[in-house]
Amino acid sequence: MFERRAQPHGTLASVILIAASLILALLMGAGLVALAQVSPWEAYRALFYGAFGRIYGLVDTFVKGTPLLLAGLGMVIAFKAKVWNVGAEGQIYIGALFAVWIGLYVGPLPWWLHLPLALLAGALGGGLWGLIPGVLKAYLKVNEVIVTLMLNYIAILFVSWLVHGPMEEPGGFMPQTPRVATTAQLPPLFPPTRLHAGVLVALAAALLVYFLLFHTTLGYRIRAVGAGPKAARFRGIGVERTVVQVMVLSGMLAGLAGANEVLGIHYRLLDGISPGYGFTAMVVALLGKLHPLGVVAASFLFASLSVGADMMQKIVHVPIAISRVIQGLVVLCVLGTEILLLYDLVPLRRLHQRFSSLRFRREG
Amino acid sequence: MAPILCMRGITKHFPGVLANDRIDLEVEEGEIHALLGENGAGKTTLMNILYGLYEPQEGEIVFQGRPIKVSSPHQAIGLGIGMVHQHFMLIPVFTVAENIILGLRSSRGLVLDMEQVQRRILDLSERYGLGIDPNAYIWQLPVGLQQRVEIIKALYRGAKLLILDEPTAVLTPQETRELFHILRSLAQQGTSIIFISHKLNEVMAISDRVTVLRDGRVVNTVLTRETSQTELACMMVGREVVLRIERPPPAPGEPVLEVNDLHALNDKGLPALEGVSLRVHRGEILGLAGVDGNGQIELAESLVGLRRPTGGKILVKGRDVTGSLPSTLIRMGVACIPQDRKAIGSIGEFSLAENVILGSHDQPPFARHGLLNRQAIRRYCQHLISEFDVRTPGVDLQARALSGGNLQKLILAREVSRPHDILIAVQPTRGLDVGATEFVYRRLLEERQNGKAILLISTELDEVLCLSDRIAVIYEGRIVGEMRAEEAVAEEIGLLIAGSRREIGIGRRDESRSTADRKNSFAKETRERV
Repeated sequence: MFERRAQPHGTLASVILIAASLILALLMGAGLVALAQVSPWEAYRALFYGAFGRIYGLVDTFVKGTPLLLAGLGMVIAFKAKVWNVGAEGQIYIGALFAVWIGLYVGPLPWWLHLPLALLAGALGGGLWGLIPGVLKAYLKVNEVIVTLMLNYIAILFVSWLVHGPMEEPGGFMPQTPRVATTAQLPPLFPPTRLHAGVLVALAAALLVYFLLFHTTLGYRIRAVGAGPKAARFRGIGVERTVVQVMVLSGMLAGLAGANEVLGIHYRLLDGISPGYGFTAMVVALLGKLHPLGVVAASFLFASLSVGADMMQKIVHVPIAISRVIQGLVVLCVLGTEILLLYDLVPLRRLHQRFSSLRFRREG
Repeated sequence: MAPILCMRGITKHFPGVLANDRIDLEVEEGEIHALLGENGAGKTTLMNILYGLYEPQEGEIVFQGRPIKVSSPHQAIGLGIGMVHQHFMLIPVFTVAENIILGLRSSRGLVLDMEQVQRRILDLSERYGLGIDPNAYIWQLPVGLQQRVEIIKALYRGAKLLILDEPTAVLTPQETRELFHILRSLAQQGTSIIFISHKLNEVMAISDRVTVLRDGRVVNTVLTRETSQTELACMMVGREVVLRIERPPPAPGEPVLEVNDLHALNDKGLPALEGVSLRVHRGEILGLAGVDGNGQIELAESLVGLRRPTGGKILVKGRDVTGSLPSTLIRMGVACIPQDRKAIGSIGEFSLAENVILGSHDQPPFARHGLLNRQAIRRYCQHLISEFDVRTPGVDLQARALSGGNLQKLILAREVSRPHDILIAVQPTRGLDVGATEFVYRRLLEERQNGKAILLISTELDEVLCLSDRIAVIYEGRIVGEMRAEEAVAEEIGLLIAGSRREIGIGRRDESRSTADRKNSFAKETRERV
């Protein structure tokens, strides 16, 4: 049925395949929507209207896509090195904490100093939270999946304790910190919409990660450790050192995602600042085929699906669960294209040959 | 005799490659038919077509007088075509019998009928002289016996035609002889055999007829008794091949690599090296002969910094480098062609350009201030590809797409193009065809002429004899003999390799060692008494 290709398909073919797989996922989703006694046509119209049809929907897509993009880039770095960082969620929380810390307690400073400092602190916080499992994995051979997973709980509950206690807004009723100084806030781009400068930070980060992976010696080491750990070690690459660096970088990007949320949306630290962005980021990274620019597309696609799904539920009353299933189908279908990039489907090729031979005969 | 198999006009192209071009192949009943060709000549593709793994674009297959269409190995087996792959498909923790019936239906429905299975296995084993115990666990068996389990597996399923893909690549000379014995007995009793190989002497020894493939085409089919190694080599490569290498007289200089009483453990934590001492001089090839698994890998890994010795010393140019990191040793001038091209020597997902800077990726001109200079890297790779004759469409190709020979040339190019004084070559020609082997030999000798010290670790005695200035033999983690190449006699080295030690005492004598050792010394004593 399948034959392995000598070389994978090129970029054009993979873009076409991914587009086709998206359509396939939506078709399968249409079947589910129909089962829910809703016209798929109406449902998808609502979905697209929700995500792209109104300015607020579009803004929402970008706002939700930004943390996904940042954390997803972190996942790309980790997964490229075959380091399984599943702790982005915790790294987001610690990043948010560090950023808010600077925003609240450092200053007064001019915005051009305060904002970068707060963002940097967020990245450092996430990086610190990545450093721990990185060192444990590299030098003590402790499984990073377990450590990062557990550190998630520590981070989330630690932040929760802080906003319920030591950092709680004096005289406030909600478990949250006071607002950070305006000089530390990510400025809105098109007020009164929620779109803020964080999206620009994220897009710049995507370009930087691309450059890092493919144009620097560190990126070379990261990819070598992932693709051929034995060969890398054999030719003098410090695998342990690289693993630690990978975890720190990965955590920094997740931390930046956390900083982005508190400095651009909430302006303060509170419980539940991330509805699982750290986990969705893993899916987004895979959906983007572990390529920084692919992750840009994947994160905004995913955000648009989730924003559109809300509208789908509001207008045509499709249960939200079904839209989650559609998101799942998208992931499965896109990841499924992998096999078509690496393998030839024999019946399909036969069809193609018959077709081209027919054409040839007609011309001849 | 009627042909059991006719393949006519088989054509198969992969994108950009014509792997099989109108290939005709005929195999008689009870015939051992060798399929000879260099790597990439199309042997494996052709057999994968026959076995249902690939589908040909053109051509027909007639098996036992009926035209057939094979679209899966399952179907091939059902028709009576069995294949023994180079890498065995056995489950180590299962017994022989359990492995053989894996995937078959039991005669008793859901309940296994092991007694009947064992009886049949014993029958087959006796009939063809296989000597297989159905209750042995696979992990207990040496490679040669595992291969016979694969053969029985095919016979058990009623194979009339047996395809053996480079079966001797994993065997010792002794095991190879035994395999040939079995193949002859199979053929005499009517089984047809397709024997894929690129080793001329084996093809001459075992086959009735030979079909030679080159660049996806049949060059010729000849009767083995009417041809010669030279003629076959010529057909296979398309030109005259020098099977004997001219070796200028040695001019060794000062020692650059010294190993003193080296001890190391293997991956299981058991002693693998027990006091190895070696010395390699400039302008000299020291051949280390020995059967696989006697500490060669552990020695090579210790020398390149992948394994930390538990005792002893390694000196490079007089400096103690015991336990140094691989990066330090690269800087000290130790180059290495590792035994595993794919997992250790290269990175399959990386392009050729990215592969050639492994080990110097952070050095100018490839990188400055942490930034890669992709232009310089590509140019360098281009240069190596043309100098070392690596056949490839370009430097952006993934390394995994290269054939074994071309990949080996690329690794060789990378290692010797970096400043170095020592080259450690572990099994540098394993799995390579004649052309590539010749190339590697010439390059190794060139290295020697350039005053490098070369440690050649090989299980191929011919290779060691043909290249080395001095020969050392390793057995169970010790050097059991060392001699100048002129004094070396193949038979004597053969005995040393098998563990029967010479009296000249290199390494300590220790009476309470493994049973194999005791048996060997017993054998020697018996000989001495006689």
